[in-house]
Amino acid sequence: MAARAAALPSPKARQSPWPGLAVGLSTLYLSVIVLLPLAALSWRAHGWNAITSAQAVSSLKLTLGVSVLVALVNAVAGTMIAWTLVRDRFVGQGFVNALVDLPFALPTIVAGLTLLALYGPKSPAGINVAFTRWAILLALLFVTLPFVVRTVQPVLLELDTEMEDAAASLGAGRLATFRRVILPNILPAILSGVALAFARAVGEFGSVVLISGNLPFKTEVVSVYVFGRIESGDAGGAAAASVVILTISFVVLLAIGGFRRWVTRHDR
Amino acid sequence: MRRISLALLIALFLPALAAGASKDTKLTLVAYSTPKDAYGQLISSFQKTGAGNGVTFSQSYGASGEQSRAVAAGLDADIVAFSLEPDITSLVQKKLVAKSWNKDKFHGMVTRSVVVFIVRDGNPKKIKTWNDLLKPGVQVITPNPFTSGGARWNVMAAYGGALRSGKTPKQAVDYLGKMWKHVVSQPTSAREGLVQFLAGRGDVFLAYENEAIFAQKKGQPVQFVIPKATILIENPIAVTSTSKHKTEANAFVKFLRTASAQKIFAQNGYRPVVASAAKGFNFPTRPQLFTIKYVGGWAKVEKKFFDPNTGVMAKIQGSGGG
Repeated sequence: MAARAAALPSPKARQSPWPGLAVGLSTLYLSVIVLLPLAALSWRAHGWNAITSAQAVSSLKLTLGVSVLVALVNAVAGTMIAWTLVRDRFVGQGFVNALVDLPFALPTIVAGLTLLALYGPKSPAGINVAFTRWAILLALLFVTLPFVVRTVQPVLLELDTEMEDAAASLGAGRLATFRRVILPNILPAILSGVALAFARAVGEFGSVVLISGNLPFKTEVVSVYVFGRIESGDAGGAAAASVVILTISFVVLLAIGGFRRWVTRHDR
Repeated sequence: MRRISLALLIALFLPALAAGASKDTKLTLVAYSTPKDAYGQLISSFQKTGAGNGVTFSQSYGASGEQSRAVAAGLDADIVAFSLEPDITSLVQKKLVAKSWNKDKFHGMVTRSVVVFIVRDGNPKKIKTWNDLLKPGVQVITPNPFTSGGARWNVMAAYGGALRSGKTPKQAVDYLGKMWKHVVSQPTSAREGLVQFLAGRGDVFLAYENEAIFAQKKGQPVQFVIPKATILIENPIAVTSTSKHKTEANAFVKFLRTASAQKIFAQNGYRPVVASAAKGFNFPTRPQLFTIKYVGGWAKVEKKFFDPNTGVMAKIQGSGGG
């Protein structure tokens, strides 16, 4: 984790035995797995009306808006869950800990199906949010839950409680200790998790498609819109819309990364 | 250790290689997903016939448009079976299916169905005609015609239904726009739509008769109404021009159009293309049934209604209808 690495002696102290080889292999791997497909996608992109149509813009706005919200909720809720899992002791803790990863293991369409049964028109709990924007939020919160929890948890585990004791002995209240001692330490991890959750939310398809109703201008997310373009034989337009999503996501991820570097500027 | 496992691998693979070299022919069927159960039964009965003796199958099922694109992109196939004709036409354009594919007495078709209204128990909103969909408060579910090729049958059924009731083509397009304002969900596929309907969404789900019968056979509480004016769905099949086993592939397609094979389709909810196979099944006829030709034929319809930028449906979606 970033915070851990930053707490350790400078990474320059231990270089890999063959730095050139390691960089080369990493670059090759990244190229084959990520960069080449992205380049191919950009190459195929054509047809601006696939991006500029009112329907496309509306789905893009909806997706980005909900994804930002999802990232923010995750930042708070994920940190809380990580805190509980690390600092508290309760019966069934191991069980809850395993439960956190479940949204990753579940095929997303199954997640959609489950959420529809639980929070749809026939909800046993009497909550019906299906086919509204709330449903999209719910589905995305579900599939992105593990990110922040799993990035913050190991940092919290490593965090020296003596620092908190010291803060307390110096007269800091619990809130001040959290804000001024704990938070700066776990913030880089939270930001990593937030970035991952945001990226996943932007691209999510399976869990949303069943529960949202896919109504253009209301509940159609951009991945479903792109899917529609592909199904209508407009592969170029689909690729063009995808490139726009990728670019926006990339800028957001860069910004979060930049913020994280700024937060950890004193450690370097 | 490594040497032993290598020997083991060779020992395991040799018999497999030998089997592959025998006279058995393997046909690859690439089809849309709805008739999967039917094809399972049909393949085993084909293998019991003289022509099917020793023929094995590898089967691939998925959304019709996706399957068609996969074949266009190089997926090996001896036989392709899709939900609608344009998915084969696109392969004809790529020279993967012969131009003459529909020049037989079945016009290249293998099964039929009709567009129906799946309604709630007892049809509380009394939905019987296309105009009933416009009643205040009626909520409609139909797959999105841009994500589900099969949903284009629904749109054409609604459009043709409006024409049948005496509307001009322009008025019928208006009807589509009004009807679309009642659409409360646009799932990406028919099966997804059924899940949503059974979960309690909507008053009416536009679907195919075979899907409704399939759901009933699976014990799902589904009731359906066949509107007086509806479209006759026709599902195409073709042998690819790249097939290395054309004789066997043609034999299979020929078998699918025998009365006994058509009966298996009928048991699975499809209307047979061979009249005699319909005996003993309840497939009500409708006075104002029409085919895709009545609304202009697929080539015209694809351009006029489903062009993703300029089509009638793109405009209806783009105007915020729904």
